[in-house]
Amino acid sequence: MIKTLAKNIKEFKGASIATPIFMILEVVMEMLIPLITAKIIDEGISGGKISSVWIYGGIMILCALISLLVGYMGGKYGAKASAGFAKNLRSAMYRNIQTYSFANIDKFSTAGLITRLTTDVTNVQNAYQMILRICVRAPISLITAMIMAFTINAKIAKIYLYAIVILAVVLAIIIKCVMKYFSQVFEKYDKLNESIQENVSAVRVVKAYVREDYEKDKFAKASENIRKMFTKAESIIALNGPVMQISAYSCMILVSWFGAKLIVGSKGIEMTTGDLTSMFMYCGNILMSLMMISMIFVMISMSMASARRICEVLNEQSTIHNPVEPVYEVPNGSVEFKNVSFKYNDTAQANIIDNVSFKVKSGETIGIIGATGSSKSSLVNLISRLYDASNGSVLVGGIDVKNYDMDSLRNQVSVVLQKNVLFSGTILDNLRWGNPDASEEECRKACQLACADEFIEKMPKKYETYIEQGGSNVSGGQKQRLCIARALLKKPKILILDDSTSAVDTATDAKIRNAFATEIPDTTKFIIAQRISSIQSADRIIVMNEGRIDAIGTHDELVKNNEIYSEVYTSQTKGSGDFDEGGNS
Amino acid sequence: MPAPMRAKGARGARPKIKNPMQLLKRVMGLLMKNYAIHIIIVFVCIIFSVIANVQGTLFMQKLVDGYILPLLEKAKLGESVSFDGLFHAIIKVAIFYLSGALATYIYSRIMVTVTQGTLDNVRKELFNHMQSLPIKYFDTHPHGDIMSIYTNDTDTLRQLISQSIPQMFNSAITIISILISMFTLSLPLTVVTLVMVGVVLIVSKNIAGLSGKYFVAQQKDLGGLNGYIEEMIEGQKVVKVFCHEQQAIDEFDKLNDKLYNSAYNANKFANVLMPVNAQLGNLSYVLCAIVGGVSVLSGMGGGLTAGKLVSFLSFNKQFSQPINQISMQLNSIVMALAGAERIFGLLDEKPETDEGYVTLVNAKEQNGKLVETEEHTGMWAWKHTHQATGEVDYVKLTGDVVFDDVDFGYNDEKIVLHNVDLYATPGQKIAFVGSTGAGKTTITNLINRFYDIQDGKIRYDGININKIKKADLRHSLGIVLQDTHLFSTTVKENIRYGNLSATDEQVYAAARLANADTFIKQLPNGYDTVLTADGGNLSQGQRQLLAIARAAIADPPVLILDEATSSIDTRTERIVQDGMDKLMHGRTTFVIAHRLSTIKNSDCIMVLEQGRVIERGTHDQLIEKKGKYFQLYTGNSPA
Repeated sequence: MIKTLAKNIKEFKGASIATPIFMILEVVMEMLIPLITAKIIDEGISGGKISSVWIYGGIMILCALISLLVGYMGGKYGAKASAGFAKNLRSAMYRNIQTYSFANIDKFSTAGLITRLTTDVTNVQNAYQMILRICVRAPISLITAMIMAFTINAKIAKIYLYAIVILAVVLAIIIKCVMKYFSQVFEKYDKLNESIQENVSAVRVVKAYVREDYEKDKFAKASENIRKMFTKAESIIALNGPVMQISAYSCMILVSWFGAKLIVGSKGIEMTTGDLTSMFMYCGNILMSLMMISMIFVMISMSMASARRICEVLNEQSTIHNPVEPVYEVPNGSVEFKNVSFKYNDTAQANIIDNVSFKVKSGETIGIIGATGSSKSSLVNLISRLYDASNGSVLVGGIDVKNYDMDSLRNQVSVVLQKNVLFSGTILDNLRWGNPDASEEECRKACQLACADEFIEKMPKKYETYIEQGGSNVSGGQKQRLCIARALLKKPKILILDDSTSAVDTATDAKIRNAFATEIPDTTKFIIAQRISSIQSADRIIVMNEGRIDAIGTHDELVKNNEIYSEVYTSQTKGSGDFDEGGNS
Repeated sequence: MPAPMRAKGARGARPKIKNPMQLLKRVMGLLMKNYAIHIIIVFVCIIFSVIANVQGTLFMQKLVDGYILPLLEKAKLGESVSFDGLFHAIIKVAIFYLSGALATYIYSRIMVTVTQGTLDNVRKELFNHMQSLPIKYFDTHPHGDIMSIYTNDTDTLRQLISQSIPQMFNSAITIISILISMFTLSLPLTVVTLVMVGVVLIVSKNIAGLSGKYFVAQQKDLGGLNGYIEEMIEGQKVVKVFCHEQQAIDEFDKLNDKLYNSAYNANKFANVLMPVNAQLGNLSYVLCAIVGGVSVLSGMGGGLTAGKLVSFLSFNKQFSQPINQISMQLNSIVMALAGAERIFGLLDEKPETDEGYVTLVNAKEQNGKLVETEEHTGMWAWKHTHQATGEVDYVKLTGDVVFDDVDFGYNDEKIVLHNVDLYATPGQKIAFVGSTGAGKTTITNLINRFYDIQDGKIRYDGININKIKKADLRHSLGIVLQDTHLFSTTVKENIRYGNLSATDEQVYAAARLANADTFIKQLPNGYDTVLTADGGNLSQGQRQLLAIARAAIADPPVLILDEATSSIDTRTERIVQDGMDKLMHGRTTFVIAHRLSTIKNSDCIMVLEQGRVIERGTHDQLIEKKGKYFQLYTGNSPA
């Protein structure tokens, strides 16, 4: 894991190495300054030599300036290295995500990917800065202070050694208990937030059933529970301060007692009073460093989970690759499925698509119908190689889709996805996703075909209308029509509409189909729909049932011979079809 | 080691706050309300712990001059030395230390109680208040913002209470006690020290300002990048379909570089603050040493002696720490107050008003008259207490709903419903049809008073709905929304949501009525299957069936149904349809209809367009009329 992450330090290696070096220098200065202050007091003030005060004062100012410089550099490079590392991580993840196939995206879920790119990176960035700045500094500071203490007087310095061991054990116990509690409490806390979220989005249900008091009680209990758990966890943390104080104070007292005895006993030979003062100072340094180390430990273990999640994204290999010698030209819009089977992952038992074969001539219009879960979408997704067939082969223009250059294939096979999105930007910006060089005239033409121009023209800024993120300022039906227009701009040889007119009213739906038939007759069209009326006029209709083709034929044939189709047909015409324009009202 | 917390932009920009002192007062008010005694104990303990600390420092100075040096003299002269005096002094100081540590523990422990208790109260108060807010609040505030009040803002409040406030107090006490000690030692040197403190404060303020500027930029760039990531990852499949990967990377790189720059600068200045302050502290030390040294040695120091100077210098060294503390805490206090401002913002939102006084009661008929009763009779009555006379009227609940010339707009500027008249007699089925945005859903939201109308009257069994208590009004109405909201609990509890006192048997019966029984039994744990957030592990159709069961168990006389338009397959649709039909049987029903069968079976169809009822009548009448309905029905545009 560390290797994967470390690869992304790249151009910030220099800064990453410089930071700890400057931090070590800062520690050296930090250790020197107490020595100089001791000199000022011992030689200058107590010794009565004003010149020593001047000299050592000058040296101290010099040290302070060096220290300032070193501290500044350490801070600067630390910031640079960590911000840069975060940048590289984000960039590497994002680039890798761009190579993901649909199967990879499904595996992570959108929300999962977003958290990894945002919150997780920030956590790692903070931890990295801590590691560079303090992880080196604190142990070095601890060790130097220890060495200094030992050179002054090994016997007395042993007290610190014991104190460190005891304190380390106590801190470790505290951390362990606390971590255990906190992971529990955060889980509960997430649940609480989830329930708030639920209440916010389902406010109408709560109010409609007059369940405010019920929800309040439920919430109060959950909140109370969290209070109790947090109190428990933080009570342990509250021990932290006093424990530190007691160890510091114990050291001071022990050092005072044994130091005094030693000084007096040896008549000031083995130890002087100046030494004693220095010992006190190092005591502070040692305990502070220990504290820092325990803090970093917590930080790092908390960011570990984030680091792991980032690595998962970085290490994920795309399941679909471009062939070595790709074909760049799609000769025509014919499609053939040869004994195709498909499942979303290798471990799944049942095939989603099971041994499907059929042939479609260039320019044909094919309707596809079937219950939810009958694998209609999966079937068409294989055509533009959004997924790879597990068995058998899919041929476009007579060539296996696996032999095409992926971009060329997808530019010729235009899919209007069932769950489609528009992006923030003007209508024109969105349309030009289909073809970046399309003129305004071409865009307008595509919109006419998709019956989108009628509502665009009614908008105050027409084609310059700004679409909000996710297309939230257009209705479901309008969104679908824009998505169709966008797909048309590719001028594809094959056009696939995956339930793309479900929110468009029947009349408009019919108009779009008419336009397709007259304006782009050479394009092969696949239309997935729930409404019989949407596919009734297709050249042939495929009826899907549980991953298999139940029947292929024209509307009239199917009404007569196919049980599923005729059943759907009767139910829709005898009073259960969509009536008016749907979408989210 | 601080409490591990989830950094959520904890070091963000310093936001602008209108009335910081007033906010702080209000936050303190929150604390004092329940924990006044606790807080007092905490403050006393802090003072005690600071004093113990200062005593310790003083002892260290006395140790050398008062004990070791005299003993050393004696030892050098060969006299016998006794450590008794030193021993007693050390025991004394040990007791001081111990009680100091104890005081620290006590106040830390009490602060935990205070912090968690206050947060608990704040959370509950927020939640309770939120429940009382009108739907309009939720329409006009992004849900993410509301959530952020519960997560980020309460988190900064926690830091304020548990860390900033006690530390500020601690630092202040330390500063005061050190200052007093310094004063008693030397006035001129104290002035020198204070001047240096001033320099430290000015420098910190400037650096913090610079850093703050970049933190604002960082926050903005982070928001920009996150927004972009969110949008693109949401649409990642579309990116793939359009081979738009390279463009997506290019745009991303631009934003990513921008964030790097601002993050680098923001952190750089934040990192630099500490060493700068530390070195300024050292400078102050040298200055005092030189000034003090010169005056002692030249004999011009007044009462200043070498011993006093040494003590003063050690105080000078201790002085910089609390000053740094305060300058560091100031930032987080401002952050926390910004959070507090948003918390109070929600708490100050006006709750839904309810001046209704007509209530819903169980009733039975006695000698041809309606009488109120405790038992559940299945018959309900409106209890109308006349305010003037105190007389009580009972009106039988039948489900007679009348709209009389109703105008409505979500705000006063834009009226979305105009002059709507509507009458539904008990048991009737009224269907609303019309295109998206025609106002179908809006009308149904008025009946249960999710929104209040601007003009006109809505009567329910002859009573103006404004006079009916909202809770009672809503109890009498069942509603199945288009977007089915389920809760992350068991299937059983989700159905029971419609009637909390329902027995398991009644739950099963409702599920059977809604045709949900079959699929529920196939779930891994049947009725005890726990649903994930918002029922994600169920299909659209199954979720609707649960919503129908939930309405069925409430058994309301009036129903509002918003048929879902989503593309569920024909078989499931038929099951849902059948469930709805059973539910509607014998109740006054308002249905926002998309299915032909529903519409055809209605007693009255209202065709809406742009907030107006443009046609009304039965299916046959409207077909005859060859108007908008005919158009919608046949799917043909008028020639």
